[in-house]
Amino acid sequence: MKEAPNVSGFDFSVIGKGLPRKDAWEKATGAAQYTDDLKLPRMLVGKIKRSPHAHARILSIDTKKAKALPGVKAVLVGSEAPNLYGIMPQTPTESALSIDKVRFVGEGVAAVAAVDEDTASEALELINVEYEPLPAYLTPEEALEDGAVPIHEDKKGNNIIYEGKQSFGDVDQALSRSAYVLEKNFYTQCVNHAFMEPHSALARFDEGERLTLWSSSQIPHYLHRTLSLVLGIPMQRIRVILPTIGGGFGGKGEVASNELCAAFLARRTGRPVKITFEREEVFFTNKGRHPMRMHIKVGVDENGILQAIDFDTLMDGGAYLGWGVVVMFYCAAMLHLPYKVPNVRFHGMRVYTNKPTCGAMRGLGGVQPRFALETMLDEIALKLDMSPYELKRKNAVESGHTTALNNYVRHSEYKKCLDNVVKRSGYLEKRGKLPFGKGIGLAGAHYSSGTSYTLYLAYKPHSSALIRVDTESGVSVYCGAADIGQGSDMVMGMIAAETLGVPYSDVQVYSGDTGITPFDLGTFSSRVTVACGHAVEEAALEINKKLFGVAAVSLGVQGEQLTSQNGKILSQFEQKKSMDFWEAVGKYISASGPLTATGHYTPPRRSASGKVQGGNIGHAPTYGFTAQVAEVEVDIETGEVRVMKVTESGDCGQAINPISVEGQVEGSIVMGMGQALFEEMVAEGDRVINPNLHEYRIPTIADMPEIDTEIVESYDPESPYGAKECGEGPIQPVIPAILNAIYDAIGVRFNELPVTPEKVLAALHERPAS
Amino acid sequence: MKQVIELIINGEPSEVIVRPNELLVDVIRDKIGLTGTKKGCGAGDCGACTVLMEGKPILSCLTLAISCQGKHIETIEGLAKDGTLHPLQQTFVKKGAIQCGYCTPGMILSAKALLRKTPDPDPEDIRYEMAGNLCRCTGYKKIIEAIIEAGQGAHEGGPERVRI
Ligand code: FES
Ligand code: FES
Repeated sequence: MKEAPNVSGFDFSVIGKGLPRKDAWEKATGAAQYTDDLKLPRMLVGKIKRSPHAHARILSIDTKKAKALPGVKAVLVGSEAPNLYGIMPQTPTESALSIDKVRFVGEGVAAVAAVDEDTASEALELINVEYEPLPAYLTPEEALEDGAVPIHEDKKGNNIIYEGKQSFGDVDQALSRSAYVLEKNFYTQCVNHAFMEPHSALARFDEGERLTLWSSSQIPHYLHRTLSLVLGIPMQRIRVILPTIGGGFGGKGEVASNELCAAFLARRTGRPVKITFEREEVFFTNKGRHPMRMHIKVGVDENGILQAIDFDTLMDGGAYLGWGVVVMFYCAAMLHLPYKVPNVRFHGMRVYTNKPTCGAMRGLGGVQPRFALETMLDEIALKLDMSPYELKRKNAVESGHTTALNNYVRHSEYKKCLDNVVKRSGYLEKRGKLPFGKGIGLAGAHYSSGTSYTLYLAYKPHSSALIRVDTESGVSVYCGAADIGQGSDMVMGMIAAETLGVPYSDVQVYSGDTGITPFDLGTFSSRVTVACGHAVEEAALEINKKLFGVAAVSLGVQGEQLTSQNGKILSQFEQKKSMDFWEAVGKYISASGPLTATGHYTPPRRSASGKVQGGNIGHAPTYGFTAQVAEVEVDIETGEVRVMKVTESGDCGQAINPISVEGQVEGSIVMGMGQALFEEMVAEGDRVINPNLHEYRIPTIADMPEIDTEIVESYDPESPYGAKECGEGPIQPVIPAILNAIYDAIGVRFNELPVTPEKVLAALHERPAS
Repeated sequence: MKQVIELIINGEPSEVIVRPNELLVDVIRDKIGLTGTKKGCGAGDCGACTVLMEGKPILSCLTLAISCQGKHIETIEGLAKDGTLHPLQQTFVKKGAIQCGYCTPGMILSAKALLRKTPDPDPEDIRYEMAGNLCRCTGYKKIIEAIIEAGQGAHEGGPERVRI
């Protein structure tokens, strides 16, 4: 690892430069190939028939007519693909198609492969499914009622998926001794990722039962494992390739039914099969943000120092397990930061309902409690006649903090974020002083930068990388990370270029292909820059070591005194003792053969020491921090809230590529604003009634606030080039900053999302005249 | 009943056989083989399938191919000329207005139509004209910056060529 800078402006040649992304060129010209753009000879089109019932037993499926339709090559039903799977392998609940029961409207019951789309659609119509409807439960409360039919039969007598409890310190005592305790209820809605590229998968079986699957996924490794399990063929005979991916945000972080059905149908027909979802199917197979009811108590002393958090939540899990238990314990862990909280109690219950499954979405586990807690701290500060900024600053964590849960925060510039954002936005001058209808609000947050544990018990490194350097192809970096649009390929290429001292343009990154790239867990938990970045840096250092051996002899300088910079290998002390990088590469290869090296990364494990309660979930090697100030205008006539400006200060460590960091932050802010003000998957009757991008409205360019972001000076000395996450932290404070601003504007605290014009008007109506 | 129609795509005439219910987006992608045009919703809600017909932006997922007989259609593949990117492509790349890139072709074509009407747009013009093109990745800020810079470049002799 290169030495951490002790002065600002550490002199990097590639890191920290806002370079344009290599992949942007082909995306701008339309040349980039996404999965649905791929075509293979004799390729068939697959389609999935979906259930019109929210909860029903399947009595029979008649596929005879569909099979007889000319052009139909195969029909698949659930019982022919019976192996269960799940992203949490210990407790699989899902199947490629439902087997004997459907659990939500839109669940797949049969799949066909045909010569073209029209034939496939016609075949779906010809499949006759006989159902015996069962009572459907759209809310956790209904699903928990006495006598409710269990949605999963293995659950003896109830619909509770999991109940999680954690208790650290003495919460009751701390609350009873607190000078002030605030107790409130909150509700958050179901939100969809709404990535622009619908899921698509293309499967091909070769001679000897070898499967190649191209798919729009962010977890090539877990997909690889699941294909093996569900198809019953060894992993060695499967290769997963990610073409260009059109966004994921967590929604492509689980295996989707199109991937499995395409593989089954390809095996059965001996022809390639592609299944691309319609937008409606993206909503049905949603693994979006959990609706959560939260009951929270927060206690502080007379100076506003946090004493305890008591947190109780009921999570609407939808029909299957998905990432659910992980989300629950992430949520529990989120209570312990970004403030010092000595006493914390968590109780959570995740319940099955007859709706699409909820899972991982950008900032998972954090967005809901952060909305609640940051608005509560705002309220507490004002009750204590204190600025919310002052209260948050007093409680903010600093580097070296260990939480009650035993999370270790090795590096934090959270206070700097708060100071910086308050200063740049003029928060202190404006809060409480703007005219009625205008308001300003502050919120802060953290997010885990990586995860310390795998989803299944494994001790192997979480990320690995291989670098090959030769005079013909230049520098080739192979890593398993999935670039889903966030730009991880660029980050890996920049880390390799910086370490080897060559221009970024000399480096090619090959990623997301289980056939050629070494092992990586995938893109989730904001883990890629730190984990895969470490692996790439280690491999590049190993290449340097080999080249320094060659240069040492040739230059007559000790290997340890050499460094690589600007395409040269040179003495750190006597710059003229230098050798061209490529000359050294040529010499090494002539003398010793191919020049390759590997690197890998395993996050530090946290020892349980009697403290861990709940599967070790939520521990991370390091944490990113962010603070935001939102300014809003509330239209008193229409109830519409307009976010005018968001100012953000982020601690993402050293930004590898500042343009990409800004892009992550800006995207997070606008996505969070959508959840705050209008996004919601609405369930009515027995189904989600707005499974399209017309009625499920996401922010457009016309909704966009002015956004002003700044990366605070920061460097985590244990991270690759000091970097930390920036893709999930910045969505955390958006909602509470906006809601605190709404309070500042009209004196109303909203506890339920989204804050629609109807809710605002109703609240304005009820507000006592002041 | 299938019918032969002629489409002039990016200046090149092509004859294609289409069914009456076939959509332009599918013809462009599957029959002509220009997959740069994207399909995000198939229902007119996202703008990813935007192409220019006779210079005007249309949603190719809502347009019947058969209604386009003899029309000039421009897709994202038609913008770069002689290995040089169109100014909008250049500024989108340079400004970081592209993340996953799925919205990009539609976004750039809508922006091209906007610049033709309003060569030097301010952010308000862009907000008004481009609200039909959804992007979930970028938060739009860099897209606005890229369009403004491309507009300025157009009468300052073009933005600098991007090398990557
Ligand atoms: S695909 Fe045409 S508007 Fe979405
Ligand atoms: S860049 Fe991904 S949707 Fe716009």
